[in-house]
Amino acid sequence: MLDLRQYASLGAALKDALERWPNETCLIEADRDREKVRLTYSDFKEMARPLCRALEDADLKAGDRAAIIMTNQSKWLISAYSIFFCGGVLVPLDYKLTAAEHLQLLAHSKARFLVVEYYLWRAITQSPEFAKLTVEIVLVTEAPAGADLRGAYRWEEFKRKGEPQFVARQREDTACIVYSSGTGGRPKGCVLTHDSYLEQCTSLTAWYPFWPGVRYLSILPTNHAIDFMVGFIGPFVCGACVVHLRTLRPEFVRDAFVRYRITYVGLVPMVLKNLERGLRAKFDELKPRKRWVLDRLIGLNKMLTQGRPRVELSRRLLPQVHKAFGGELLALIVGGAFTDPSTLQFFYDLGIPVTCGYGLTEACTAVTLNDLKPFRADTVGKPLPGAEVRVLNPDGDGIGEVAVRSRAVMSHYLDDPEQTSQTIVEGWLLTGDLGRFDVDGRGHLQLVGRKKNMIVTEGGKNIYPEDIEAVFDGLPAKEYCVFAANYLWPQKTLGSEMLVLVVRLERNQQFDSRLREEMVARNRRLGDFKRVGGYLMWEKDFPRTASLKIKREELAAEIGASAVRAGVVEI
Amino acid sequence: MPTTDHTLDQILDLAAAHFKVPREKLSADDDFFKTLGIDSLQALDLLTRLEHHFRIDLPDYELQGVSDFRTLANRIQARL
Repeated sequence: MLDLRQYASLGAALKDALERWPNETCLIEADRDREKVRLTYSDFKEMARPLCRALEDADLKAGDRAAIIMTNQSKWLISAYSIFFCGGVLVPLDYKLTAAEHLQLLAHSKARFLVVEYYLWRAITQSPEFAKLTVEIVLVTEAPAGADLRGAYRWEEFKRKGEPQFVARQREDTACIVYSSGTGGRPKGCVLTHDSYLEQCTSLTAWYPFWPGVRYLSILPTNHAIDFMVGFIGPFVCGACVVHLRTLRPEFVRDAFVRYRITYVGLVPMVLKNLERGLRAKFDELKPRKRWVLDRLIGLNKMLTQGRPRVELSRRLLPQVHKAFGGELLALIVGGAFTDPSTLQFFYDLGIPVTCGYGLTEACTAVTLNDLKPFRADTVGKPLPGAEVRVLNPDGDGIGEVAVRSRAVMSHYLDDPEQTSQTIVEGWLLTGDLGRFDVDGRGHLQLVGRKKNMIVTEGGKNIYPEDIEAVFDGLPAKEYCVFAANYLWPQKTLGSEMLVLVVRLERNQQFDSRLREEMVARNRRLGDFKRVGGYLMWEKDFPRTASLKIKREELAAEIGASAVRAGVVEI
Repeated sequence: MPTTDHTLDQILDLAAAHFKVPREKLSADDDFFKTLGIDSLQALDLLTRLEHHFRIDLPDYELQGVSDFRTLANRIQARL
């Protein structure tokens, strides 16, 4: 891999990577079972060059912000590289947000440029908020012939001839602004420097190296911190290859493992569970005798790999299972949310090294990771090289808030000194997650809950209750408030996270089917991963500040003390 | 061309068969994530089944923001 200490910016490192491995394949893009794109590092450079020139002509200057809203595909990475090459700051946005949310974050980030896929752009142009678009230049990919682009340019035609001028950046300059959620009331744009990324990349690849020939299957969205690092920066600075799929259908994901003999894949727990479900169903279809043999082989593998993974041996013991994953898989990397230890154990017992980590956008990508020496299903691993992790004010069980200090931690939240000062205190990033160091003294971190009012879905999305309350505006009741259930009733376990709508009725108002239907209908306007799981009727007026804002912490404490979680009625 | 109601009926039949739930438990305005107890990846699985049945291409994004059978039927109808 490149020696990243020698580079001042992502752009400089990526530029050298394209020179260093001209003939290695860097990118494969497949749509279902059809391969659409296969690029060497040299091809990638050739495709980026005219775009860089055009961006230059369009006056993208050092420090200018450029957003990307796209699913995982080659043009995502080519656009991102071109933005870095020209000295721009990348704003990767989640393509799953609504058009109104996209417009809000574009405005908040003050992006001058936007690269967007056609169907997402179409949704943005149809939004009632479209008039508020603040971006100056929009590049739309894959627009059908004759489509009205509402003043945007076609990405494919946005090019110029000639050699673009590389724009150098310094380590402390901003590389990316990444939104860690919070679209509703208060967007949280994490400002991450080139130094953060280069540091993070160095420490991650020290434990899980890439090299030419390694193929990383990129199925987490590239805007997500994990995929941006392990599905773009990491592989590229090591001469490895990224495989993109234009669909997330489980059947094609499974096919891709085999077709491209995948080496690594980064997953969120939801995808891992889906793979587990598929395998278990296959096992259940086996005839009793074959099943008996399989169970014995799994038992034997488990015994032989207790101390460390022995992939070659496991491949020989359980060839059919390993063939289903392409036969060259070295690790499944899981993060982004709480993972059920039994799911991790299931894969490890099959001889598939699965490594669970913990990270947050505010800390660039990962803070801790399992190094498989030996495998642990019950922890999120050890701090990565360069990361200091502390448990603040531990209770009798050693549990307290997890705090992180490292060069990878963000510099601040964009345009929000108040949230920044609450989150980064004396150089330590307060994560809001509760954890403890494992008693065995080997430095493994275990997470046990959350201190803050939020949930993380199995798909790795952070949801802040305050941000989704607006959808209940006008609910026929006196007042309402949304909380994370685990915030109201702290429990020393992760998982079973859900949102609760707390409702206070008007005097003399009775709970009736109309109110219930209204709640259900409004809840469904939220994305499926953002929905409230249940409601709780509350008998007292909410405590409010002088300016009539709900005192959330006080209300949460009251509810936690005098209501029980079992009183939440499912919506 | 079949009517939207007819398309909707077929979707409900296929969903019931695919996820092995009694057909009478499903109705047009159900939140299928909830009624079927599935996540978004399992919903994508259903999309493949629907593509084969209706002989159309349904990109993943057609499912974005959709969580009830009626909206899904409208999106499929538009591609028939």
